[in-house]
Amino acid sequence: MELSGAEILIASLEKEGVEVIFGYPGGAVLGIYDVLFSSKIRHVLTRHEQGAAHAADGYARATGKPGVCLATSGPGATNLVTGIATAYMDSVPLIALTGQVGTSFLGRDSFQEADITGITLPITKHNFLVKDVKNLARTIKEAFYIATTGRPGPVLIDLPKDVTGLKTEFRYPQKVEIAGYKPIYAGHIKQITEAAEAIEKAQRPVIYAGGGVILSDAHEELRELAEKANIPVTCTLMGLGGFPGTHSLSLGMLGMHGTVVANYAIQSSDLIVTIGARFDDRVTGRTDTFGPNAKIIHIDIDPAEIGKNVCADIPIVGDAKQVLKVLNHHVKFKERRGWIDKIEEWKRDFALSYGGQGSDVIKPQYVVEQIHELTKGDAIIVTEVGQNQMWAAQYYKFNTPRSFLSSGGLGTMGYGFPAAIGAQVARPDKVVFNIAGDGSIQMNIQELATAVAEKLPVKVAILNNQYLGMVRQWQELFYERRYSYVNMQSAPDFVKVAEAYGAVGLRATKPEEVRSVLEEAMKVNDRPVFIDFRVSREENVFPMVPANGVLDKMILGVEE
Amino acid sequence: MKQHTLAVLVKNRPGVLARIAGLYSRRGFNIESLTVGRTEDPRVSRITMVVEADEMTLEQITKQLHKLIDVLKISDITHEDMVERELALIKVNADKNNRSDILQIVGIFRAQIVDVGEKSVIIEVTGSTHKIDAMVNLLAPAGIRELVRTGKVAMIRGNKAVKPPLD
Repeated sequence: MELSGAEILIASLEKEGVEVIFGYPGGAVLGIYDVLFSSKIRHVLTRHEQGAAHAADGYARATGKPGVCLATSGPGATNLVTGIATAYMDSVPLIALTGQVGTSFLGRDSFQEADITGITLPITKHNFLVKDVKNLARTIKEAFYIATTGRPGPVLIDLPKDVTGLKTEFRYPQKVEIAGYKPIYAGHIKQITEAAEAIEKAQRPVIYAGGGVILSDAHEELRELAEKANIPVTCTLMGLGGFPGTHSLSLGMLGMHGTVVANYAIQSSDLIVTIGARFDDRVTGRTDTFGPNAKIIHIDIDPAEIGKNVCADIPIVGDAKQVLKVLNHHVKFKERRGWIDKIEEWKRDFALSYGGQGSDVIKPQYVVEQIHELTKGDAIIVTEVGQNQMWAAQYYKFNTPRSFLSSGGLGTMGYGFPAAIGAQVARPDKVVFNIAGDGSIQMNIQELATAVAEKLPVKVAILNNQYLGMVRQWQELFYERRYSYVNMQSAPDFVKVAEAYGAVGLRATKPEEVRSVLEEAMKVNDRPVFIDFRVSREENVFPMVPANGVLDKMILGVEE
Repeated sequence: MKQHTLAVLVKNRPGVLARIAGLYSRRGFNIESLTVGRTEDPRVSRITMVVEADEMTLEQITKQLHKLIDVLKISDITHEDMVERELALIKVNADKNNRSDILQIVGIFRAQIVDVGEKSVIIEVTGSTHKIDAMVNLLAPAGIRELVRTGKVAMIRGNKAVKPPLD
């Protein structure tokens, strides 16, 4: 049977098992929306295309399935850009569908025309401009294949308006073969046995686990490796939840705002087992000082990550889960009493601390701790970017993968709220918290309307210090307290904003209100809740390794 | 830093060159020269690239190129026994006084005069990059009005071939 391009698109998405699309209509996608109107695929109408991209991203991170967003041509497409770049940096499988002007109008600066394939070249794993409806079904098949295999990433499909209207025979390809694209999953056995020997010989090994562990669903294999070979584990921001935060071998996060024990362990180690991580500058500080005495094993599915920032002694290209499965056969238990004792000592002596909730002003860290306690560590925590993100990473103990969603690579303020909406759509059974700052939440606050319309009980904990807190912290520490344009005191009343949208607005101004306000928020299950926590204004995130510094040279606090 | 010659096979699709050029500029790699054209298989184009890079950068260039979906194969043929050629058109000042000198240079380099004007000639020369550099240097005193070079193309001698992994 002959179908129109728009019908082929929706039928193909159904074949791919797509259950929900986050999108925003417009002129160039009228045909697609007309078909969507009678499709069984759920459409979530966001209030800004950026929200659609982040929501699809949050959906993908919470489930492991590809997220799908849809926008019209021109401004609709360009509004997706930040969301696509966010997904690209964190290797999130995302399908971005954009309308485009008709093929005969292309390249003529037509109304609402933007060269979105050109714009997104450096921030997509691949992109397509479909000029012939006959290629549409195959393109969609390829897009999903590319987005979800190997190192995942966003793929954009640009759809000219006439292509969505023209008809052709619809046959969805059963399988896909792309010459020149062959992801490597199985690690080289020689390299793996070499890694096992290095682990056997190591006196002070440490595992440095990244987001790849979560992407490849390797958390069980990671745990087995750590326990079987008795190796402490530190996770990157993206890796949080890949190893239980409450496990005795867990060191917490490493890097700029990592724990002292994690950073000391790296600097004292003689073997760093890197799994699905990419030696980002926020992790390593100055790369030539990172793990100075350590041999480095680097397991990654993307060959280009090996040797990019740090040279690996034993590189293993492959999927984390598959490689660890084999590696685990070759390792055995070693006691390493001295090393484990040293780690325990550092853990005791340098535990994360903010001095406790003593004063009569709410400490932001205390709010995160209370959320952790109340949700028993079982919530999906989404964050914005800045201090809120770091406090969430430090003080919520993540025990399961896909329970911490945060823009790590791009560091996108405004990510958290729409991503939380996507996560809640994906996991209606879960409590979803967005830990936000008063700056970040204002970047996509319009999505309140989306969450209200969809009856999504996303809880937004705004750690409101009336500053762009992280920027202010840097200005305090490195710019002589010259607080240049970081004051946010003229913010709206977040309680009233929430209420104006039909959501619930709550506020806590004293430490003793924190728990009760959170409990009240937990009772709401049919609409979003904003909680305005008025927190200590000049609280800092510590420990801190200054940018391009050395990991064991941390600032632990400032003199009052 | 060393010069490397890469033979890169890509799908013959619109936008491929933009993907490669974009990759180079955003990752800060340097291209000395780049030529592109169709191959024996109409679905495939071949790019010959000369890049200046140390070993680590070259490894990154190769790996990053491989990540592009439209790139089929990359061969570093620097150390292969190969035929390498570049073509240049050189418009050089030529009048009664120096015409015979120029003809002599053209003869020595086995080049050709492909256009003769009143005050200038166009010379076509093919050869290694080194040979063309040498000829340009010799012609320079006469005054070069215009110079266009194709950049290097290269092919491994003998039976060995750079073939796409298609079909």
